[in-house]
Amino acid sequence: MSSVVKQIITVSGIMVICLVFVMLLGLCFGSSGSGIRSFAQAVESFSNPDSLYYTIIWKIRFPRVLIAAMVGATLSLGGLVFQALMRNPLAEPYILGISGGSAIGAIIGILLNLSRFPGVSIFAFLGGMGTLFLVLLISTGKTLLKKESLLLSGVMVNAFCSAVIMFLISLTQDARIHNIMFWLMGDLSSGGKSEALLMGIMLLPCFVVIFWFSNSMNLLLMGKEMALSMGVNVKFITVSLLVISSFMVSATVCYCGLVGFVGLVIPHLLRLMFGADHRVLVPACIFGGGAYLVLCDLLARTLPHQGEMPAGVITALVGAPVFIFLLKRSE
Amino acid sequence: MEEESICAKNLSYAYDGASVLSNLSFTVNNGEFFIVIGPNGSGKTTLMKIIAGLIKLKSGELEIKGQSVKNYKRKILARKIAFVPQQVPTDFPFVVEDVVLFGRSPHLGTFGLGSVADINLAKQAMKFTETSHLASRRLNQLSGGECQRTFIARAICQDPDIIVLDEPTASLDIAHQLRIMDMMEKMKQEKNITVIMVSHDVNLAAMYADTLMLINRGQQVRVGPPGEVLTYETLESVYGCPLLVDENPLDKLPRVTPVPGRYIKELPDR
Repeated sequence: MSSVVKQIITVSGIMVICLVFVMLLGLCFGSSGSGIRSFAQAVESFSNPDSLYYTIIWKIRFPRVLIAAMVGATLSLGGLVFQALMRNPLAEPYILGISGGSAIGAIIGILLNLSRFPGVSIFAFLGGMGTLFLVLLISTGKTLLKKESLLLSGVMVNAFCSAVIMFLISLTQDARIHNIMFWLMGDLSSGGKSEALLMGIMLLPCFVVIFWFSNSMNLLLMGKEMALSMGVNVKFITVSLLVISSFMVSATVCYCGLVGFVGLVIPHLLRLMFGADHRVLVPACIFGGGAYLVLCDLLARTLPHQGEMPAGVITALVGAPVFIFLLKRSE
Repeated sequence: MEEESICAKNLSYAYDGASVLSNLSFTVNNGEFFIVIGPNGSGKTTLMKIIAGLIKLKSGELEIKGQSVKNYKRKILARKIAFVPQQVPTDFPFVVEDVVLFGRSPHLGTFGLGSVADINLAKQAMKFTETSHLASRRLNQLSGGECQRTFIARAICQDPDIIVLDEPTASLDIAHQLRIMDMMEKMKQEKNITVIMVSHDVNLAAMYADTLMLINRGQQVRVGPPGEVLTYETLESVYGCPLLVDENPLDKLPRVTPVPGRYIKELPDR
């Protein structure tokens, strides 16, 4: 067995253990009844679907934990892909404005009273693709795809997106405004089992395709020409990866709003720990990113004495300083 | 087996309407050391990229190993030709060993899983380029020459029939330049690999090339053995500066010395 395969299995194994552990924590703790004892009761209640614990743990907490894991996986993977394609360690769906664009699309969809799926999702996907296109257009041109120009375009597109979002929100005199604001900050509380299932169906194929292209991502890091000269179909792979990642990210934005910086923190941390081989990093990001967001969501649920805060608050509190640190170091 | 590695007929290339290369026709035989020289901006790099299949051929014909370059699938072409660019990336986050092993990817599946045989090939390539001791070093910890040798090892590991290099000796000191050129010569002799290279150093090119091609503003000026190409008439007209061409004491090949302006005044007949 080749050493790469061994490494993939080992690293994925470690990450799966982390993920399972935080998911169990996520099931155990919450505003109503916490601790291992309640979990024991939940296991007990498995045979008794009418009990309160059964409802809380399997119908409320379980789908939420699953959704958090999938969203975390998607966002870290999105960050990893953008970082590889743009050869820029600071690229990330949220920072590049892809998430913001998806949010505009999603809000338009919501205000049009469309259903979450497929209506709002399609609008979100279009919004995400639109901003991605815009960022690439602004930052390439005749100049090289430089670190700074890419980030600046991202920041500007992001600012524009926020303005459009606020504009749309202030136009409506809707009772839904509070919901929209909460959702915007990255809210994982709204999903049930059917949503979790639908997200899984949309995201899993994307994960598989990205994993399949992971070695091409390694070669692309050497630059477009070098990758071409080693037989990589650069155009096809770049376009496919960009479209797939935007699709994944917009799908998560539809359900959970803007959760920022996950795609920055997790790939960077995993790269430090396990090296730069994307064949290892892709599965590590899926499981590790999942674990990270489950943990952030758990904190968001349990830290406030009353109610809860959006998970995006926690990820931004952690992520923004990491971003500044990385930016400082890259100079 | 065919004699010719590369056969180009009427190669032309224009970028944004401006002609970069026009009507180049030449052949490169198997196992030949073929060096392209010419002033800055004469289209040398573009030519290398066209030969390596990185730029789509727009007009003219280019046959590689007896088959038109247009009929090659990218991966099959990558098994025939390896390319070493002028500036190799140093921010590539892998260690030397990985970089060299990536050279195997045209021979492997999309996921790039190599066998023990592939790892052995990578080890041989590192030994050949004297980079074995650097195996676990990161690229950003290497000197320019070491980095260049790593990417040449990667090209060798690709196991091609032809290696195309764009000024591999630029920005290296004399010792490293010689080292790279000797390596190319050895590669040609031991592995019968065709070496096609751009060089800005006319003297170095003269000492190593079997065939020289001099191009100027995209036009082919002369192709042939160094002794025929490097005459002072040709060179002065191309480079536009006074040059002295004599024989180098080692092997009687042409040696080119640029003549500083202060000597010109002392020659009244010029």
